Amino acid sequence: MLDLLWLVPTIPLIGSLILIFTQGKLPEVPAGIVGAGSIGLAFVVALLAGIDFLQSDLPVFSQTLWTWMSVGNFNAGFTLYLDGVSLVMMFIITGIGFLIHVYATGYMHDDPGFARFFSYMNLFVSAMLILVLGDNLLLLFMGWEGVGLCSYLLIGFWYTDSYNGYCARKAFVVTRVGDASMALGLFLLFQNVGTLNIQEAMQIAQGQWPAGGSNIATAITLLLLGGAVGKSAQLPLQTWLPDAMAGPTPISALIHAATMVTAGVYLIARTHVLYLLAPEVQYLVGVIGAITLLMAGFTALVQSDIKKVLAFSTMSQIGYMFLALGVGAWSSAIFHLMTHAFFKALLFLTAGSIILGMHHEQNIFKMGGLRKDLPWSHALFLIGTLGLVAFPGFSGFFSKEEILATAMSNHEGGYILYLAGLAGAVMTYLYSFRLYFLVFYGKKTHDGHEVMGLNLQGPLVLLAVLSVVGGFIAIPVHEVFPEVEEHHPSILAQAVMILLPMLGAVVAWWVFIKGGIDTDNLTASGIGKALHRFWFTQWGMDWLYDKVIVAPYVGLARLNRNDFIDSIYNGTARLALVLHGLVSDTQTGQLRWYALTMISGVLLLVSIGVLL
Amino acid sequence: MILVWLMVILFAGGIGAWLAESRGAEHPRAVALAAILLDLFLVILMLVAPDTLGLGTADTVAQLGQQGEWLVLLQADWIPRFGVSFIFGADGLGLMLIALTVFLGLVSLGAAWGEIHERSGFFYFNLLWTLAGVIGVFTALDLFLFFFFWEVMLIPMYFIIAIWGHENKEYAAMKFFIFTQVSGLLMLLSILVLVYFHYDSTQQMTFSYFELLGTQLPDNISMWVMLGFFIAFATKLPAVPVHNWLPDAHSQAPTAGSVILAGILLKTGAYGLLRFTVPLFPAESVVFGPYAMTLGVISILYTAKVAFAQTDLKRLIAYTSVSHMGFVLLGIYAWNAQAVQGAVMTMLAHGFSAAALFMLAGGLQHRIHTRDMDKMGGLWGVAPQMAFMAMFFTVAAVGMPGLGNFVGEFLVLLGSFQVSHTITAFAALGLVVAAVYSLIVIQKVFFGKNVNNLKMADLSGMEFLCLALMMIGLIWMGMYPQTMLDMAQPTLQSLNIAFPG
Repeated sequence: MLDLLWLVPTIPLIGSLILIFTQGKLPEVPAGIVGAGSIGLAFVVALLAGIDFLQSDLPVFSQTLWTWMSVGNFNAGFTLYLDGVSLVMMFIITGIGFLIHVYATGYMHDDPGFARFFSYMNLFVSAMLILVLGDNLLLLFMGWEGVGLCSYLLIGFWYTDSYNGYCARKAFVVTRVGDASMALGLFLLFQNVGTLNIQEAMQIAQGQWPAGGSNIATAITLLLLGGAVGKSAQLPLQTWLPDAMAGPTPISALIHAATMVTAGVYLIARTHVLYLLAPEVQYLVGVIGAITLLMAGFTALVQSDIKKVLAFSTMSQIGYMFLALGVGAWSSAIFHLMTHAFFKALLFLTAGSIILGMHHEQNIFKMGGLRKDLPWSHALFLIGTLGLVAFPGFSGFFSKEEILATAMSNHEGGYILYLAGLAGAVMTYLYSFRLYFLVFYGKKTHDGHEVMGLNLQGPLVLLAVLSVVGGFIAIPVHEVFPEVEEHHPSILAQAVMILLPMLGAVVAWWVFIKGGIDTDNLTASGIGKALHRFWFTQWGMDWLYDKVIVAPYVGLARLNRNDFIDSIYNGTARLALVLHGLVSDTQTGQLRWYALTMISGVLLLVSIGVLL
Repeated sequence: MILVWLMVILFAGGIGAWLAESRGAEHPRAVALAAILLDLFLVILMLVAPDTLGLGTADTVAQLGQQGEWLVLLQADWIPRFGVSFIFGADGLGLMLIALTVFLGLVSLGAAWGEIHERSGFFYFNLLWTLAGVIGVFTALDLFLFFFFWEVMLIPMYFIIAIWGHENKEYAAMKFFIFTQVSGLLMLLSILVLVYFHYDSTQQMTFSYFELLGTQLPDNISMWVMLGFFIAFATKLPAVPVHNWLPDAHSQAPTAGSVILAGILLKTGAYGLLRFTVPLFPAESVVFGPYAMTLGVISILYTAKVAFAQTDLKRLIAYTSVSHMGFVLLGIYAWNAQAVQGAVMTMLAHGFSAAALFMLAGGLQHRIHTRDMDKMGGLWGVAPQMAFMAMFFTVAAVGMPGLGNFVGEFLVLLGSFQVSHTITAFAALGLVVAAVYSLIVIQKVFFGKNVNNLKMADLSGMEFLCLALMMIGLIWMGMYPQTMLDMAQPTLQSLNIAFPG
């Protein structure tokens, strides 16, 4: 069955092509069957191949389909590479992807672009699978760009609203900045090790570069990191993610929570040997993660759009994954990537159900007291929230504790990262329960109704189960990454790690249920207002980019709309015309004028002669 | 002889089309179609079954020395007194460009099919003669002959713009003519100087490319002679700052004219640099290389920015063409295996993507009688097939992996990075700005609301067929570029580009 690996990315591609070439003429049911069925089939094949792989005891399996390009000493093939990490990723993408597709058949019911939606979704899954299965960085880059394109297409899916188009373009362009950096990283890597094959490159680098860090390793890893922060919405390229919420909610779950945004984590984990050779950059990865998780936590705290709260929470959780990479907890990063995919997909999809049930209302201040009206959503959202805040026993707990424990015992500056992570955990409780309380408790202002259907609730229940028990899944990645010594924090430290963050929930309860603080008053006062705005605007970074990069570029472009170089040529032409006009004006046809000019000419010449 | 046949068929077909007009306005296009299909048949035969045409024999090649693997080579005297001869040859690169020319000729015919009704005989005459001229340019290996064809392709194109163009056609046609003519004269001057010094040192008067290779020029003028060639080709490419004829020519030309201009004519400039400028002046090109690469990067970034600000759809696409050709310039002057292969791939892929985009823009203008994007919007719902095609080719132009343009741009950057980190870093910004200007087109034309309540027909069968063929071509180039890379490699090796193992 292992030889069928190539089918895993191919089946969704075929699904996408079928939906594209029937041009939306397929009725909803067959379109849904093709759309969701192709992912289901891909999952089944992935499962069969994966089980085969795990039983075979092979460390890796690779399958070459054909040579993509070979020019001189540069070679890149369509070669798939399966090891523990890509296996886990493949399962997440096809498994979670399938559930989200099934959910989407309900969510997108009656949308005129139903088939178009699934054609993009299938294409996305195919590209994402190529990203994680590629054995060389060029193939990975192909998937990388492919998922970016699908993200663009899906954010702007409801194209009649220009705002959605704006958000889609912003997402594409901002991540492209990272992609350009990543491309340069590939060039530099190729120039130094002569290959883009990931395993070979890491092997050569390990043999050639000094262990303590070198300029070349630093440069390459920094450039690759540029790509990673773009895709994974980390500082300083995080600004596109909240806008990406303009897309239909299932894509927020699939692309902007469970899979694509974690590609940066995957990239760094995949090339971890290079990062080990550049310890400063590796530490920087952790620092970026720590700052992002805190910043996004504060921002999530002041949002009013349910999806944006979840978007910032995603950013924050990916920050944890980056933090894990920074302290060398490679497998914990992938572990958290997986559990996060479970509970965040659950949260997003449940949010989708709430939005449907509230007639496309997304403002949490117009919700409230919904636990009676939306009992299903309430239960599921609570499970997702407990996963997110890492409540003991839930999936997020296991992965987050691993990360914090490793950070705590890391001697090279890990303790600061640990403190940031701990503070972030408090924030997570705070903003998560703020969201939960505002939506489901308090005074009911608007009626909601539960939108029911097997294709909606089925996937949600399965995701809820995974969010609870997902922490017990043992991921087979330990052969891929270097050994990390086991850390067992003391009982006291563990208690701090578990109990301290719960303070956040208590505060949320005190503020939003008990009414201990009047939040309106707080945000109305000078400092409160300024702080609120500062956090709300992602610490002003959007504003800064707009002023420093976007506005000057657009301004300059507008100023030079007519291409000033053209005026040089037109100026030359006009000058010739003017001179021509001047000369032809002398041809008046009047004899006295000719006589006059002749005499003046003679006089001029004579006087010049005399003077000289 | 087959190469001559390709041209003769087009020349004769052009005259035939002109004459056929007297029988009715619909007759010329049938004649033109027959001529192009016949050419296409021959080209396909050359590509897939060269032995049926007796090609690939090395005998003629041996006589001319070790100039690479010429699949076809023909030599005959023309004006022996001045050493002018008919030398036509096609190697892998030439053959691919001929195939591109004939194929896009067919596409341009498809674009003209429902659009040109006025004086159609003379139109198709000009169309076929332009194509014949381009094939001549891609195959002529005698510099005099080359210059002759350089002019042959110019004049019919001038008529196409000046007669069948839009509101400002005389201005655009004249600008096109002057830019090409002036820069062409510089090249002619350079050719003459080169021939003179060759005669001076060998006492042999010849315009043959093979003989002139390796000619030593006095140090104080060699750079100027090289620049004569460079300016002519850079104008055609075009590169900043000699690009200004292109936006006007494109926005005014009829759709078929734009397809040929963007798809094929620009490639003659790149071909000239690759085949003549650098090989004839290797030492000068090494010195000039960094400047040319810088010009390439300026072209990429500057015109991307100008493109972004345009509201005229065809002007915008025209500027993006300049931007993409900047990658070609960069790749050629980086002069290593990856970079030049990338330049060749970009030439081919841009031929398809730009031709397709101009076909779509021309189709839009034909339907809604405006090129102003501010008056468009929401057309996705009106013409979904057209929107899909526009999205596909835009995405190709942005450089999406899996499509031809990516392979070209990636290889150019990979190769030029080995030469200069700084220049390539700036060029890589081209990936970002390409997204900026491309997506604005989709936004303004197809997304948003259809505020002006525009109604129009979706793609016709003919348009759909042409676009679908180009789509398949781009996917092939993107997924299995080795077909093209393998064809170009012997040519590039014969130009002394090293392919390290």
